[in-house]
Amino acid sequence: MHGHSTFEPKNGVVKWLEARLPILSFMHGSFVAYPTPKNLNYWWTFGAILSFMLIAQIVTGVVLTMHYTPESTLAFGSVEKIMRDVNWGWMLRYAHSNGASMFFFAVYIHIFRGIYYGSYKAPREVLWILGVIIFLLMMATGFMGYVLPWGQMSFWGATVITNLFSAIPFVGDEITVWLWGGYSVDNPTLNRFFALHYLLPFIIVAVVGLHVWALHVCGQNNPDGVEIKDIAKDTVPFTPHATMKDSLGIVFFLLLYCWFIFYVPNYLGDADNYIPANPMKTPPHIVPEWYFLPFYAILRSIPDKLMGVIAMFAAIAVLAFLPWLDTSKVRSAKYRPIYKIFFWIFVVCAVGLGYLGAMPPEGGFVLASRILAVAYFAFFLIVLPLLGLFEKTKPVPASIADAVLAKHGSASSVAASAASAPQTKG
Amino acid sequence: MASATTVEPTRRDFLFIATGAVAAVGAAAVVWPLINQMSPDASTLALASTEVDIGAIPEGQIITIKWRGKPVFISHRTEKEIKEAEDVNIATLPDPQTDAARVQKPQWLIVIGVCTHLGCIPLGHQGEYGGWFCPCHGSVYDTSGRIRKGPAPRNLAVPQYTFLTDTKVKIG
Amino acid sequence: MAFTKKIGIAAAALLGAVAFSNLTLRAQEGGAHESPNPTRQTWSFSGPFGTFDRAQLQRGFKVYKEVCSNCHELHIPIRTLGQPGGPGFTEDQVKTLAATYTVHDGPNLQGEMFDRPGRPADFFPAPFPNPEAAAASLGAAPPDMSLLAKSIKFERGFPAFVFDALPIPGGMYQEVGPDLIYAILNGYTKEDDPNWNLYFPGHKIAMGKPLAAGQVDYTDGTPTTLEQYSKDVAAFLYWAAEPSLEQRKRIGARVMIFLLVLAGLLYFTKKKIWADVAH
Repeated sequence: MHGHSTFEPKNGVVKWLEARLPILSFMHGSFVAYPTPKNLNYWWTFGAILSFMLIAQIVTGVVLTMHYTPESTLAFGSVEKIMRDVNWGWMLRYAHSNGASMFFFAVYIHIFRGIYYGSYKAPREVLWILGVIIFLLMMATGFMGYVLPWGQMSFWGATVITNLFSAIPFVGDEITVWLWGGYSVDNPTLNRFFALHYLLPFIIVAVVGLHVWALHVCGQNNPDGVEIKDIAKDTVPFTPHATMKDSLGIVFFLLLYCWFIFYVPNYLGDADNYIPANPMKTPPHIVPEWYFLPFYAILRSIPDKLMGVIAMFAAIAVLAFLPWLDTSKVRSAKYRPIYKIFFWIFVVCAVGLGYLGAMPPEGGFVLASRILAVAYFAFFLIVLPLLGLFEKTKPVPASIADAVLAKHGSASSVAASAASAPQTKG
Repeated sequence: MASATTVEPTRRDFLFIATGAVAAVGAAAVVWPLINQMSPDASTLALASTEVDIGAIPEGQIITIKWRGKPVFISHRTEKEIKEAEDVNIATLPDPQTDAARVQKPQWLIVIGVCTHLGCIPLGHQGEYGGWFCPCHGSVYDTSGRIRKGPAPRNLAVPQYTFLTDTKVKIG
Repeated sequence: MAFTKKIGIAAAALLGAVAFSNLTLRAQEGGAHESPNPTRQTWSFSGPFGTFDRAQLQRGFKVYKEVCSNCHELHIPIRTLGQPGGPGFTEDQVKTLAATYTVHDGPNLQGEMFDRPGRPADFFPAPFPNPEAAAASLGAAPPDMSLLAKSIKFERGFPAFVFDALPIPGGMYQEVGPDLIYAILNGYTKEDDPNWNLYFPGHKIAMGKPLAAGQVDYTDGTPTTLEQYSKDVAAFLYWAAEPSLEQRKRIGARVMIFLLVLAGLLYFTKKKIWADVAH
C-alpha cells in the first residue's frame, strides 16, 4: 500500500493499542491519509455508494429477518404482516426490495465506469476479477432474496432459474433435485434459499474487503488512466477530499433511492408477486427482476437449452477475461476515440438486451435479442482484441498533474475554475 | 489565500458544523425505525385482551390460561383458602398486601403465573402455604399469590380484569 | 473519421431494427383478442401528497361488505378499519362492526370448536372455508382481495412506463390496479353475455357482472351509480392493499426536504474543501 500514514499516536491508550493491534494507523492510512488522484470525477463516487448500499441492505435485511418466516405456508403472510403491522415494517421492506435494485443500478454504473476508463488493466486485473466475483455473488443473493416473499413471481422465477441447471449434461436432473431438496421448488428450497440469502451478503463483505485491499495496493485508476507519479502533485488525501465528494454522491443517490421507497415503491417490482405462490398456475409472463434482464434476453435468444444457459453464464464470465481481451496500451477511453464509440454502442446493446428481456419471446423480439447478443459478445471477443492493434490513440498526459493543468489551460486560472468545475464528463 | 484567514475560518467552521449537525440528525432519524421495529406490532397490541368462561371451574381448582403469551392462573378458591388468605397478619409479609386488595370477588383469585424472582411458572396447590411453589429457586406463595418464603421479591402480579358476567371474565 | 461515422450509422441502424421489430409486434398484438388499456382515473391518493378520501373509503367498504364479500375473501384484520390513514371508523364503530361477524374459534377448555362474535383483532371471515369449496360452488375461486389492487396490472409499454416513475406532470403513475378494477367493473358491455368483459384479458371473466346502479344505499347523498360504486370500491381496495400509503408519502416529503438541505450543505462543504485544489 501507499503507506503514507502520518498517524502518530499521542494518547496513551491509543499507543497501547497500536503496539498490540495497529488497527487505528491502518484505518488512518487507508481512509484518511490514503492518496487519492485529484482528477477523479463523480463516477468514482459509486464505490462509496456501493459500500453504503451493502451496509443498508445488510441492516434492513437483518431487521426484516426478525419478522420474516421462511416456511412455505407462512412466508407470504409474514411479509404482509411486516407491511401492515410491524412498526415501520413497510418502510424497511420497501427499502430492502428497492435497495436491491439500487444496489444493482450502482454496480452497473461502477462496472461501465471501469470499462470506460480501462480500470481493469494491469496492474488491476485481480481487483477487477474480485469485482466480477462480487457481481456474481450479488446476483445469487438478489435472486434468492426475490424468492423469499413466496409470491407467484418468486416461485416461478425460482423454478425457471433452478431449471437452468437441468441443462447440464448427464447429471442436470440430479443436480436440480438436489438444489430443490425435492421434486419441485418447495419448502426445503425456500429454507435453504433463506439460509444462503442471509449468508452470502457477509461473503460479499469479505470479498469487498479483498477488493478494497487490492485497490489500495494498486492505487485508484483515474479518468486520464495514468499512474500516480508524484503524491504531492497528483493526489489529495482521501479525507476530507474524497470523503466529502463521496458523501455528496451518496446523498444524491439517496434522493433517487428514497424517491423509489416513498413514492413509487412497487414500480420496479412485479405485480404478480403480490399473489401467493401457486405451484399449479404459471403467470402469463415470467420476467426476472430488471437487473437480470440483459442476461435473461441472452438466455432466451438461443433456441437450444444447454447453449442458452452457457451463453448466459458466458456473458458474465467474459467480464473476468476483459484485462486480457483488451489489447490496447492506453487505459482511458478519453484518449481512445474509436473505443469510446464502441463503448457507447456496447452500452446501448446492454440496455437494449435489458428491454428485450422484459418482452415476450416472440417474433421480432427474438431476432433483435439475437442481434444484440452477438453484438454483446463481439464487443469483448472481436472489437477489444483488434482495436488495441489498429486504433490510433490520442497522446496521453505524462501525469495527473499535467492532465489537470491541460484541462484548466494555464496555471493561473487553476484556482478560479477549480471550484466551479463539475467533473461529470464521460 | 493568506489574506483570507481572518474571515474564512469562521465561515468554514460554521458550514462544517452545520453540515455535520444535519447529517447527525439524519442518522438519528434513520436509527429510530430500526429500534422501534422491535416493539410489539399492531397485531400484538390488538390481542391485548382475552375473555374466559369460568363457569365450569369447580371450587378448589386452578386453571391456567394464556394471555399475552404468559400463563394466568384463575383459582376458584375454597372457603378455607379464602380464610387463610384473609387471616394473615400482613405486617409479617415480605410484600405486604391484603387479600381484599388482590381480588375482586373473594372466591376468584386471578394472578399472572410468573414467579417474580426470575420468571419461572410456579406449581399450584404446593408448598407449605397451600398456594404455589416455584420449582426453580424455591419461592413459596400463599393462597392469595403472595410471596411468603424464598428469593422472589414481590407477590404474583394481578392483571387488569373485569367480570363481564358472573361466569365470564375479560383479562386485559 | 469516416470509420467513426460508419460505426455511428451501424449503431443507428441496429437501434432502428430493434424499434421496428418492436413496432411490428405491437401492431400484431393490437388484434381482436387484445383488451384496450383502461383510462387513468383521478384519485385523491395519487401524486406525492395524495391522501385517501375517508368518506370514499367508507362507501367503498360498504360496497365490499354488501356485494364483494359474498364471494371474495378480504384477508386483513377488522381493526385496520380504525387505524390512522384508513377509512377513519371510530374504535366503537369498529367494535360494533366486528361483533356482527361470526368467527370460528377454539378449542375451548372442553376441547370443542365454537362460534363467537368477531373482535377487532380478527380477520374478516372468508365466505368459503377454502378455495376448493369456493371453486366448487362458483366455478372458479375468487381471488382474495387484500392485495388485489397491487397484484393486477396492464402493460404500459414504452415510453409510458418510463414516465410512470418520474416526478413530472402526468408521471408518478402508481394506480394501475385501481384503474383496472374500475375499468373491469365498468367493462361488462355486452348485454347478452354477463361473463364478457372489455378490459379483462381474453375478455372471458368468471365473475358475472357484480354491480349495478342503485344496488347499494349511500347515506351521504353520493350518487348511487355504477361508476361511483366502482370508483369507491377500487379506492377501498387500494387502501386495503397499501394501508401505509398516507404515512409513506408524508414521511417521504420530509425525507426529500431533508436530503435536499443536506445535499446543499454538502455541496458547499465539498466546494470549500476542494477550493484550493486544482482537479
